[in-house]
Amino acid sequence: MKALMFGWEFPPHILGGLGTASYGLTRGMAQQPDMDITFVIPKPWGDEDQSFLRIIGANSVPIVWKDNDYEYVRQRLAGKMSPEEYYHLRDGIHYDYRRIGTDDLGCVGFSGRYPDNLIEEIGNYEAVASVLAHSLDFDIIHSHDWLTYPAGVFAKHISGKPLVIHVHATDFDRSRGNVNPTVFAIEKRGMEEADHIMCVSNLTRRTVIEKYGINPAKVSTVHNAVEPIPDVDSYKKTPRKDKVVTFLGRITMQKGPEYFVEAAARVLEKTDGVRFVMAGSGDMMNKMIDLVAQRGIADRFHFPGFQRGRQVQEMLAESDCYIMPSVSEPFGISPLEAMQLGCPSIISHQSGCAEILQHAIKTDYWDIDAMADAIYAIVKYPAMYKSLSELGKEEVNNIKWYDAGLKVRAIYDKVLQGH
Amino acid sequence: MRNISFCFQIHAPYRLKRYRFFDIGQDHYYYDDMQTEDQISWLAQNSYMPLLCTLRDMVSMSQGKFRCGLAVSGLTLDLCQQFAPEVIDVMKELAQTKSIEFIGVPYAHSLASEYDRDEFIAQMKQTAALVEDLFGQKISACWNSELLYSEEIADALHTLGIKAAMTEGAKHLLSWKSPNYLYQSASQKTVKLLLRNSQLSDELSFHFADPAWHNYPMDAEKYANQLAAIEGESPIVNIWVGIETFGIRQNAGTGIFDFLKALPYYVMEREMGFMTPSEAAKKLTPVDVIPSPYPTTWCGEGKDLSPFNGNDLQQEALNKLYAVAERVRLCSDKSLKRDWLALQADDNFLYMNHIDAGNTNYESAYDAFINYMNVLSDFLLRVDEQYPTTIENEELNELLKTINNQEKEIAELEKQLKKAQAVKAPKCKAPKAEEPKAEEPQPAKKPAKKATAKKK
Repeated sequence: MKALMFGWEFPPHILGGLGTASYGLTRGMAQQPDMDITFVIPKPWGDEDQSFLRIIGANSVPIVWKDNDYEYVRQRLAGKMSPEEYYHLRDGIHYDYRRIGTDDLGCVGFSGRYPDNLIEEIGNYEAVASVLAHSLDFDIIHSHDWLTYPAGVFAKHISGKPLVIHVHATDFDRSRGNVNPTVFAIEKRGMEEADHIMCVSNLTRRTVIEKYGINPAKVSTVHNAVEPIPDVDSYKKTPRKDKVVTFLGRITMQKGPEYFVEAAARVLEKTDGVRFVMAGSGDMMNKMIDLVAQRGIADRFHFPGFQRGRQVQEMLAESDCYIMPSVSEPFGISPLEAMQLGCPSIISHQSGCAEILQHAIKTDYWDIDAMADAIYAIVKYPAMYKSLSELGKEEVNNIKWYDAGLKVRAIYDKVLQGH
Repeated sequence: MRNISFCFQIHAPYRLKRYRFFDIGQDHYYYDDMQTEDQISWLAQNSYMPLLCTLRDMVSMSQGKFRCGLAVSGLTLDLCQQFAPEVIDVMKELAQTKSIEFIGVPYAHSLASEYDRDEFIAQMKQTAALVEDLFGQKISACWNSELLYSEEIADALHTLGIKAAMTEGAKHLLSWKSPNYLYQSASQKTVKLLLRNSQLSDELSFHFADPAWHNYPMDAEKYANQLAAIEGESPIVNIWVGIETFGIRQNAGTGIFDFLKALPYYVMEREMGFMTPSEAAKKLTPVDVIPSPYPTTWCGEGKDLSPFNGNDLQQEALNKLYAVAERVRLCSDKSLKRDWLALQADDNFLYMNHIDAGNTNYESAYDAFINYMNVLSDFLLRVDEQYPTTIENEELNELLKTINNQEKEIAELEKQLKKAQAVKAPKCKAPKAEEPKAEEPQPAKKPAKKATAKKK
């Protein structure tokens, strides 16, 4: 089974959960012996783990025919692609993309991020997909998130192979219902063209069916899993006088940071010995700092800023409680990571991961009383902390990408059968 | 002659209201009356009343030959008095027929027997008093919460003068033995042991209306045949079920009430009779002793207490609760004592079970724990206000005893003093010097006693 996947991020250079999920899923699927995955991303950095799949950088795929001699190509693409492969892909150019500005190799540059000209990059990515669809050999196309739907759809039309799309988020989640029409159109077209749609939670599945009007029969849920943290025992919790409650993520409307501040204020009304941390950055950060000052809890509420790499795990391991009051979270992998480190989690019912977690506290994102109550219970009742920490860890360690991979495989098989 | 012993357990708890941590120390009322009333009237309407009325008919139709036991927790009797008095009325009628035996249940349907023996004894006495008051019956059999039984409980029952203990016919107790005989406790010879026939009881509770069951459809004749077909002498077959079996687990539409009504006829036709637990304990001879070093219950596969105290949450809650048992018994605040009982109901702990939380009204075990612990925190604060935790239990006990005895002692001493004065007054006025001393508290007492003793 050869799968051609279109993605936008791949570790270690990631900006959000999409990269982590793409990595985990492909790694889980690669454990199936006959699975052969080619993963396309806009701009690889060269340090991606390619031991279980093949990564193609869209920025080194020629979309305009340029005559270059072997030695020149070898020099220019050193470490990224072999000249043979370059020439093979070049043979797949069937359309005239000279309107797109390309370099001397006929390749187009990508930022690999989420720039202002994102729609243009998506279009260029689509052009790359056409070349790949003509030159590569594969059985099924798999597109991750809306940025890559047009590429997937184009590849499907060219190759006649079935397309499955993986919905990691929808614009309804990102915008609290205030949808961008351009994005919505891209998403809807992708969903309509797809032979099957995989969603990361039932919550997302409902959105796809209800908001995009998709036939429920072709929409399934494949819950995300979590990669085991390799050096999990190296993280220590230093004993301290105050308990630490942590929020970690983008400080944006989607994540519901204001509910965390309000809950913190409720807890501090009644008790001391608790500190609150809001790590991360985002467009609502200054507003949150203002709110904290207004509530008069600035002495116990801290903003350490954006955390990267190992800092994230260290912070989670040091916390007594992790909280994710997201207003709309398609899945939300971070509580699972916190639980891996033995940190009890409070999550909102509006998060996809709530569907598969038993040993986490679930409240509605607007119910600050319930949230405050849960925080209070975790910091004040030792059995609560112990239970959530131990049972939560055990639970999360049993949520494996391998199983998610098997579900995806079953969907592939079903789609191919009916194709 | 083979006897069938039917017993029905009736228990419904107070529902706790949503109690947030900021209510701790502010709000001392813990119950969701609406939910409690709703639940109890629903139970009364669908299960209690239809069953009790059926029992009444069965007794009258069989001229009192049908006999059975009712195990009602004290809290449930209170709830019924408050929200469903008609249940109490029918129970009174049943009590008058003399065919129904009221069986002792710890007042709060608590796990006190496992955590605080004195509390268990106190609760059994409390239930006995209420039953005698309402129904004019003395209690002589015990259906402990969840049919909990162990040697220690047999000891406590012996102290209470209870003759029959009831428990589950669990494999680990019986091994090759049959539950259909009378046994006795290993440590207390006076306490007879009756064991539930779980197979025949569960057929009613869980399979009665299950079309996939090999005996479906079950009717009274078939059931009586099964009872008659039990091998050996088997003088007593104990069919004990929770009352929810009738009308709720098996709703009226399954015909379970008609089934029950028809049963006495078919049972008697096969020359079998009916007995209540304490009759069985009195009339039959025990065939063997059954030692039970560990607690046995009728719960789950393990037939142990683990559904109630198997996880960390449950253990924490139970330990915190029973840590103040002695103190609460010392105090006399009525509302505190009331809450003490309601908080002990074992349902509170079942709701904290991760796997099967029974008839829970909480979203998760954690939710149940948070709410219960908040309530308990407030309760503990109130206990602490009465008796600060800085004082050790024993010390407190001593002090209380002193305070309680002080008055008595002063009165006693004064009496003696007067007597002494009456005798000695004409001769000399010396004892007068002792008068103020006797009024003083403790330190003055002992010398005063000695002084009077000498005078005698």
